[in-house]
Amino acid sequence: MSIERSDIEKIAHLARLEVAEADVPEYVRNLSNVFDLVAQMDSVDTDSVEPMAHPMEMVQRLRDDVATESDQREHFQQIAPQTENGLYLVPKVIE
Amino acid sequence: MHNKTIAELSQSLAQGAFSSVELTQTYLERIERLDPQVNSYITVTADEALAAARQADARIKAGTAGTLTGIPLAQKDIFCTNGIKTTCGSKMLDNFISPYDATVISNFKQAGAVMLGKTNMDEFAMGSSNETSFYGAVKNPWDLDAVPGGSSGGSAAVVAARLAPASTGTDTGGSIRQPAALCGITGLKPTYGRVSRYGMIAFASSLDQAGPMARTAEDCALMMNAMAGFDDKDSTSIERDVPDYSASLNQPLAGLKVGLPKEYFAEGLDNDVASAVQVAIDEYKKLGAEIVDISLPNTGLSIPAYYVVAPAECSSNLSRFDGVRFGYRCDNPKDLEDLYKRSRGEGFGTEVKRRIMIGAYVLSAGYYDAYYIKAQKSRQLISQDFKQAFEKVDVIMGPTSPTVAFNLGEKTDDPVTMYLSDAYTIATNLAGLPGMSVPCGFVGQRPVGLQIIGNYFDEARLLNVAHQYQQHTDWHTRAPEAFR
Amino acid sequence: MQWEVVIGLEIHAQLATKSKIFSGASTAYGAEPNTQACAVDLGLPGVLPVFNKEALRMAVKFGLANNCEITRRSVFARKNYFYPDLPKGYQISQMDHPIVARGELEIELEDGSTKVIGITRAHLEEDAGKSLHEDFHGMTGIDLNRAGTPLLEIVSEPDMRSAKEAVAYMKKIHSLVQYLEICDGNMQEGSFRCDANVSIRPKGQQEYGTRAELKNINSFRFVERAINIEVERQIDVLEAGGKVVQETRLYDADKNETRSMRSKEEAFDYRYFPDPDLLPVEIDDAYIEAIRATLPELPDAKKRRFIDEYKLKADDASTLTSDRALSGFFEAVVKEGEDAKLAANWVISELLGALNKNGMALADSPVTADMLGGMIKRIKDNTISGKIAKQVFAAMWEGEGDADAIIEAKGLKQVTDSGAIEKIVDEVLANNQAQVEQYRGGNEKVLGFFVGQVMKASQGKANPSQVNQLLRVKLQG
Repeated sequence: MSIERSDIEKIAHLARLEVAEADVPEYVRNLSNVFDLVAQMDSVDTDSVEPMAHPMEMVQRLRDDVATESDQREHFQQIAPQTENGLYLVPKVIE
Repeated sequence: MHNKTIAELSQSLAQGAFSSVELTQTYLERIERLDPQVNSYITVTADEALAAARQADARIKAGTAGTLTGIPLAQKDIFCTNGIKTTCGSKMLDNFISPYDATVISNFKQAGAVMLGKTNMDEFAMGSSNETSFYGAVKNPWDLDAVPGGSSGGSAAVVAARLAPASTGTDTGGSIRQPAALCGITGLKPTYGRVSRYGMIAFASSLDQAGPMARTAEDCALMMNAMAGFDDKDSTSIERDVPDYSASLNQPLAGLKVGLPKEYFAEGLDNDVASAVQVAIDEYKKLGAEIVDISLPNTGLSIPAYYVVAPAECSSNLSRFDGVRFGYRCDNPKDLEDLYKRSRGEGFGTEVKRRIMIGAYVLSAGYYDAYYIKAQKSRQLISQDFKQAFEKVDVIMGPTSPTVAFNLGEKTDDPVTMYLSDAYTIATNLAGLPGMSVPCGFVGQRPVGLQIIGNYFDEARLLNVAHQYQQHTDWHTRAPEAFR
Repeated sequence: MQWEVVIGLEIHAQLATKSKIFSGASTAYGAEPNTQACAVDLGLPGVLPVFNKEALRMAVKFGLANNCEITRRSVFARKNYFYPDLPKGYQISQMDHPIVARGELEIELEDGSTKVIGITRAHLEEDAGKSLHEDFHGMTGIDLNRAGTPLLEIVSEPDMRSAKEAVAYMKKIHSLVQYLEICDGNMQEGSFRCDANVSIRPKGQQEYGTRAELKNINSFRFVERAINIEVERQIDVLEAGGKVVQETRLYDADKNETRSMRSKEEAFDYRYFPDPDLLPVEIDDAYIEAIRATLPELPDAKKRRFIDEYKLKADDASTLTSDRALSGFFEAVVKEGEDAKLAANWVISELLGALNKNGMALADSPVTADMLGGMIKRIKDNTISGKIAKQVFAAMWEGEGDADAIIEAKGLKQVTDSGAIEKIVDEVLANNQAQVEQYRGGNEKVLGFFVGQVMKASQGKANPSQVNQLLRVKLQG
């Protein structure tokens, strides 16, 4: 299965990844190879097979509704790129 | 000191032959002297290690020590360590001082183990050769021209090079077993959910599992005693009693049914590796095991299914690295889009970007059924193969990797050839089964690993099976000459 | 052309849990920015979600109250998109297997008729944080306290045909979630929010027109205005020969217009897939039945009971049952005052009037149900007249004590001593001979004048029916 340049541009945008123009051909080639590999799945008929999302047959455990966490803002914001007045700052969001 | 196993070190510490501080210093000195050749550590935490060693010595003196108290260990840099840089092998987290400890790290702290440092790894655990690390490739201590395997390449190399008695790894598609094989050490990937994933930076959540990497199965058992167990912070953690993994190591193997899947010995397997594995299997026959030929007919689906499921999960898991709350942020973003795209574009390496894109593609509108659902169905078939096999046999054996360690740079051009090196390990992740790799010989100076796959929660049996083999062979005691 | 309006609502109700849906951080409103955002809410590397039991119970309760199907095995899915107030780059939500499936709800329209609105589904998800657009050197500030607050997203069928119907539906859900005690319904604080999908089509046409999604409308009034203004816009577009584009639009209450949201212009591809960090949520009949047993009497049933048991008018019963606390207040007044009609009148016109006027909530009312009931008791036993009761009520509102104390202190007790009343009547008649003659001449309307004079002379305290009776006897001569 061949991946096109436009596919790379579309998914790079979906995933918010800047890809240098010069690197696009290599991504096209490598991803096409990967999808050739992936296409081997098509050789097997899976019509009657249940999809398996998870390795274990388990169900979700439920947590008691108790507020257990204390304020750690200062601790957590030490590693933040940019904060002010306790807020994380990002370039202006336009709505 | 540095050639002793954890079991031996623990005894020496208890007897007062040397202190944890002395032991820790020995390792720190070796790391400083030898690691530049291997590049196995990203961060060495000398001060913290010595402080922990002093505390351990006090515990030993006070008689409150456990088996791991005072034992130096190396932790894969995928585990969050409070106050210590946690990079996951990525530029994205080069500045990330984790504000909390992973459960695995807390468990080892509680046991009194001493952390020597954080080991090098493929970026975000995506790779089979350790060459995708932002911090440079790790070299195989057995042959510095060879890769150590990946993604837990640093963790495998530190054990092989005697730069730590043991280490932790994580295994999403073979990332403990394959580097263990390539570096001639013993590694265990437990059943999915046996070891908490909390604080372990996620690659593919439904596949990731942490485990021990050590010289012997006996040491792996000691590590597992500390690592395994239920964690209420991880919804996928299993509420089930943890056995004493050391207790059953000495069970005889007479009557053990060993399944050999024909698909693991087919085309693509290096002849010399096949011979070494065959010799190991003959050894098991001598120990009383019964060899049964089996088939895992859907083995061929594992790599294709894995390269849909793992990238899909990773593409979503890695969205949190956006330059807003932690981690790398690009210089002077001109707007929000630019902040996202450049922070992620500059912070992630090529292989990571490749997998994120594959994942975004297979989940995107119009492709979800053809890829993601198809892969989940394939996963079901692979899992059923194992269920059927384990009705007939106790364990499954085969090679861990189709070849011994390849040369640095040999497979970096084509991701697909790199992906094929996980052909025998991936299926167990898709099924969630436990698997081990045990050293079983060499091709030239490069080690060969024997893979042992067990049924769900059968880690104790795997360790027993590996330990009995190690009682009768000495491959696991070998050390590369330059690091003896 | 005659246009038909088609509206479907997506209501987001914040569930009134103590902690977040997937973490142990508090959900309390109004804390300093980011002080209630724990490692999980911030999406730090390595953290994992664990599902809150109470959020599940509340969602099931909502489903049961609307006869919805409850999903025995529901699944959390990730909705992937980048936004600064969405820390993980995905929102944990539900897609293919929501906890609550198909159900329905009856709304009442202004003309008193009813209409059934289909509920498509209600699913659990986590709320996002908040972006603060005040100027931080041209940057936006992000507060993640709200991130991870449990939401129940209630999706309706496109069954509403006017803004008024949409408001009636929204009010019904608003009342219901408070009855069920699963959401505080506080719209100012954003606990209850609504997106509206609005389209129009020529009357009689089967297929739907292209819809616009109006985002985050935070009051009943705005819902009505936003929908109406959007309908006008769409009509203008179509009648000018244009096409309605499928897009997200923001209602600007100041300008009373909707406008396209630039940042959301591009078509989203959310790449939903089951969240591998969470497992399927399984519930059984026993669990569901245990929750069903805790369901309170719901507004519709309560309204019917009020009509049957208290003989109230439908309007009054609706008003009194629209709010669970108010219905409880009313019933407490009835119990104490022993007269349902009086209780209904006093609660609806006087009490609600006073609360409205003062911008107060029922919970803050200075007049308690017992006080109001006690006062009604005094009307019933003729201690005071209805007119005097207004004075008593005003005094109770001012905190001067209960009815008995006020009646005593102010000497408002009705005069029922017939001797005393007779004396006043005689005086009034003596002083108004001209009117007496008129009455006796056949002009019975003058009776009202005498009643007024007597009441005035007694300072309102004479028992009006006694006054009436005596006057008639005496005037007959």
